[in-house]
Formats: sequence, structure tokens, C-alpha cells
Amino acid sequence: MERELSFAEALNEALREEMRRDERVIIFGEDVAVAGGVYKVTKGLLEEFGPNRVIDTPISEAAIVGAAVGAALMGLRPVAEIMYMDFLTIATDQLVTHAAKLRFMSGGQLKVPLVVRTQYSLGRVHGSQHSQFYPAWFLQSPGLKVVLPATPRDAKGLLKSAIRDDDPVLFVECGLLYHRYKENVPEEEYLIPLGKADVKRRGNDVTVVAVSRVVREALEAAQRLDERGISVEVIDLMTAQPMDSETIINSVKKTNRLVIAEDSVKTGGLSAEIAARVAEEALEYLDSPIVRLNSPDMPVPFSAKLEQEYMVNADKIVDAVSKLVG
Amino acid sequence: MAIIEVVGGLPPSKYAELGLGRDKLLRMLRKMVEIRLFEERVERLFFEGKITGPSHLYLGEEAIAVGVAEALAESDVVVSTYRGHGHAIARNVPMVAVLAEIMGKATGTCKGLGGSMHAAISVEHGIPVATAIVGSGIPIAVGMGLAVKQLGEKRVIVAFFGDGAVNTGAFHEGLNLAAIWRIPTLFVCENNQYAEFTPITKTFAGESIAARAACYGIPSYRVDGNDVIAVYSTTMKIVEKLRRGDGPAFMECITYRKKGHGVYDTAWYRPREEVEEWMRRDPIERFGNNLKELGIVDDGLLKSIEAEVEAELDKVVEEAMNAPILPFEQLKQFIYST
Repeated sequence: MERELSFAEALNEALREEMRRDERVIIFGEDVAVAGGVYKVTKGLLEEFGPNRVIDTPISEAAIVGAAVGAALMGLRPVAEIMYMDFLTIATDQLVTHAAKLRFMSGGQLKVPLVVRTQYSLGRVHGSQHSQFYPAWFLQSPGLKVVLPATPRDAKGLLKSAIRDDDPVLFVECGLLYHRYKENVPEEEYLIPLGKADVKRRGNDVTVVAVSRVVREALEAAQRLDERGISVEVIDLMTAQPMDSETIINSVKKTNRLVIAEDSVKTGGLSAEIAARVAEEALEYLDSPIVRLNSPDMPVPFSAKLEQEYMVNADKIVDAVSKLVG
Repeated sequence: MAIIEVVGGLPPSKYAELGLGRDKLLRMLRKMVEIRLFEERVERLFFEGKITGPSHLYLGEEAIAVGVAEALAESDVVVSTYRGHGHAIARNVPMVAVLAEIMGKATGTCKGLGGSMHAAISVEHGIPVATAIVGSGIPIAVGMGLAVKQLGEKRVIVAFFGDGAVNTGAFHEGLNLAAIWRIPTLFVCENNQYAEFTPITKTFAGESIAARAACYGIPSYRVDGNDVIAVYSTTMKIVEKLRRGDGPAFMECITYRKKGHGVYDTAWYRPREEVEEWMRRDPIERFGNNLKELGIVDDGLLKSIEAEVEAELDKVVEEAMNAPILPFEQLKQFIYST
């Protein structure tokens, strides 16, 4: 059976199902319990699972993620919430230097089955310190998985997989999408595997690889381009680490053109890694240079109008694809 | 503010009251000697060029690891640090596995992927973590405490760290959270007076480390860290409370590094009088003298313990030196579980 859920509702259902399924799953973070999360993702979980499993913490990001590492090592499956991705920098030591490496540097003695959920608020007029999108940094931390869902349906299936995964997962949500729209989400249980990209729309002329928020923009662009007779294949990266280059490269071999559209600033962003992989493994299949659509190399400006100009959108994707094909 | 109890050196006449028999006392002495001679070997091997990379020796702090470890149950869990060889040996990790790890060998505790700073990691011996980032083990120990509490286990967690760690954010965030969550974690600060090359007088504001911890409402103890029985008896008392569910506790053990921060460091920055004064408080010598006073050891026995440990170490060094190194092709399997 299908019914419509928002991004936040789908995530909430994923947490609820996994907590019912496995009592080792616990949640902690700032305002996740009594308030049900500032974006209501954890709404009602305290009532169902009680204060031992849904726990409000002080504003102590290093301790939140550090405690998740310790709890995971001792047999729990913690889901820690960092309210804004911007605040993750304070906890990065625990995520990068501990969670990501403990299995490796202990010679395989340890596993760290934790999830750090966070969101980025680009597009919500939150200014430079509450809008940052940093998943590319974490590509430098093998051992960590980095997941970036783009739709309510995917968010639910990916979060459930992340919670069941024995490795640490950084789960980056898009704050702008939490309550923006609803879509069909199956009621019966399903999982979406980590480490796989998803072809969201089939096409033959150009491949557009998009991430998180930008996937919807890419799909809108593809629809508009289709009306003009240009067939776009849209790939949702879904997991940035480990990255599924195969799906992207197979698509490029078919379309011979690649546009990458995502919210990182251009230099050293996710698009840089995707482009590098395609250049390394499929350069001879490209009929034209790779095009990258990113945020510019500047902090996020505050004014709504400026922020909109700063962001990748469907118009920019349409333009880029048109130039490429035209 | 919680009560701060100061535990000074205990006279040997009190040992019997603590239920410490001859075997236990001798075992503690032996463990301390093992750590001392092991670390002296590491130092020698480093200068002979047989060990590379940083090694942070536990020389002079032996009473803390042994005093704490002897008060724990096997199922209890220790979070160690980059100065962790002593913690490992005190928890019965075989010396050959620790040395092989320091040498980067496949037979090491971490198959040679950790090195000296993580050589103490041995899940089998209740040491899942040894961190090389100062202070970072504290929040991890808090999460471990949460887990054992949640799972209804009677285990306690002990987090070791140095005086340098108490000025990190992780210390403050971690202690606060531990107090709020009332978890069964004992925080043990090995206050060896120096954060790397800088003395505590230049890095620490406030009355004492124990007093700082007490600000979080955590019962705190200040202990003579060069008296193994003072450390042991205080830990025993604390661990009993932790198992009862009384919430976290803190123990500041006052001690002194016999050598520099790392094996390469000559500790040129320490005043001679200060060093000489602390050398007179050597924890092994003190404990040996106390045991002599009780008639448990004499010079002959002390010599034979040392000789036995040296002979064992000869074998340990040979075995570790001859151990293989993991083939590079095998490393990939350790990055991800799935």
C-alpha cells in the first residue's frame, strides 16, 4: 500500500520501525526527545520508546558524537543527531579520527555501528553559519559512509539500511526538503542499499549526476528539456562514500556527456571527485568537457535573493545541458 | 560541590585491613616491574633503531595502571591513551603482543595497524579504545557508560587520560554529560605534571584537577599516584559505588613522568631539583620497601623478580623482532565491515 509522506515523516517512520525492530537502537541529540527535534523528525519517539532510548543532550556536539562512538563499541546502535551540519565541525574529531578509523587501526577487532544524522539548511535563509554543505570533506575519511538522500522514499529506505549497517554512517539530510512536499512511500518494509547510486530518470543525450536537494532540480530540468526533445538521464548519487562510480560511468558511456550538479562549493566538492573518476575511467567516451554546477567558492550569502542566485537550480541545469547538446 | 577526598600514601600496616594478601601484593609488584622493564626495553630498542615512530613511555606511572587494574573485574572496560603500554600490561595483555604492535608486526594487538599509541587496544582484555587525540577518550567512555547502563550490565568503564586532557573541550563536554546521565564511568587523570613539554603551572587554572571535576557534581578524589595501594584502595571504593549505580566518579592521580613526553624527548625543560625530588618517590621502590617492611620480600626476591621479567623480555623481544608484517594487500578488509 502507498500513501504520501513528507521527508521528515518518512525519516520518522524509519527511526520508529528500526527502534521497534531492535531495542539496541537509541537516539540522542539536542532537542530530539521532548521537542521531537527542531524539524520534528523525531516527533513522538520519546512517547513510544521512553526516556532511556530517546535522550535530550546538552549543546555538546563533541560529546554527542563521542558518546555515540562509545555506545556503538559497547553493543548499542546509536543514532546521534547534529542539528545543523555546521555544528558537525565541533564533533569532527570523533567522527573522522575515531569512528571512521577504529575498525581499521584495531586490526578489525572493533566495529562502530553508529549513525550521525544531520541536515544542511541551504536555501532557508539561514546565513553563512547555518547553511553549509560539507559532505566532500568526509570523502577523505575512508571507513566512514556518507549518505545523502534526495526523496522521502529514499530517505526512509536509506536510513533503515544505515541503522542496520555495522560501519559508521554520516547521514546528511536536506533541511529545505523536510516539509516541502509529500510523495508515495510504501507502507511495507523496504531497504535501499548503501553505496549504490540510483538512476532516477532514463535518457540518452546527457547524464546529469545530482545530489540531495539538487536531484529534484535536475528532474525538473530533465522534464523541461524533454519537451524540447533533449533526453536527460538523471542519476542520484545517494551515497557519496563509498561512491558508486560504476553507475555513473555506465551512463556516460551511453550518453557521452556529463553534467554534475550539487550544493558543494566548486573547489574540492563532490563534483570534483565525480569528474575525476569519470576522467580517469571514461574520458574516451566523452564528446565534450564535463560541466560542473556548484555553489560558487564563497560563503553562503544571507539575503534570500542572493542565496537563490548562489544556489544551483533547474534553470542553471537547463542552460548547461542546452549548451552541451546545442 | 561534591566532596573531594585526598588519599595520601598508605602505611603498610593498613594493607591487611584492605584484605590484601601476600599473593596479591606480589602480583602487583610483579606487574609494576613488568611495565618498568618493558618500557626500558622499548626505550633501548628505539635508540638501537629497532622501533620507529613515537612511543610514549609509562615509566614512573606504573602504580596507577596496576592499582586501577587490580581493582577491576575482567568484564570491566578500560579506555586507554597513547601512553598506554602500562594499561595493557596491567590488564594482562601479553607483552609480546604489545611489543609486536609497537614494532608494527602482524602478531601485534592491532596486527601492526595501530602502533605504539594504540598498542593497548585489545577487546579480549577489555581495552577497546586507546586514543591518540588528547581528551578524546572521555566522551567515548561516556557513551560506553550509557551502553552498559542501558543494557543492564554491571560493568564499569574506566577512562585514563593525562593532565593535558583536562583543558580540552572534550573533557568538559564529557564530564558534564556523564554527570547528567549518571553513568558508571570512573575518570582517571594521570597527572604527571607536564602536557608535552609545558608544566601544569602554565597550563592549568584553578585549584586542582579534582576540584575542577567536582564542579560537575562528580565525586572526586585526589590520590598519591605513586602509591599503588592508595590507587588500588580508592579505585576499589569507587568501583563499588559505580556498580551500585551512584553515577560517575573522578580520580586525580598525582605522579611524574620518569622520562620525556615521548621516547625521543630528553625532558631538558624540567628543573633538576624537581626531577631528583620525584625520583625519590619512585613507585616501585616505595612499594618494594613497604613489602620489605611487611617481610613479604627481601632484596634477594626483588632481584629474582627482576631477573625473571628480564628473561621473559629477552624472549618477547626476539619473538616480536622475528614476527611477520601484514601484507599490504590484506589491509583493505579492515576499512569497512560490509
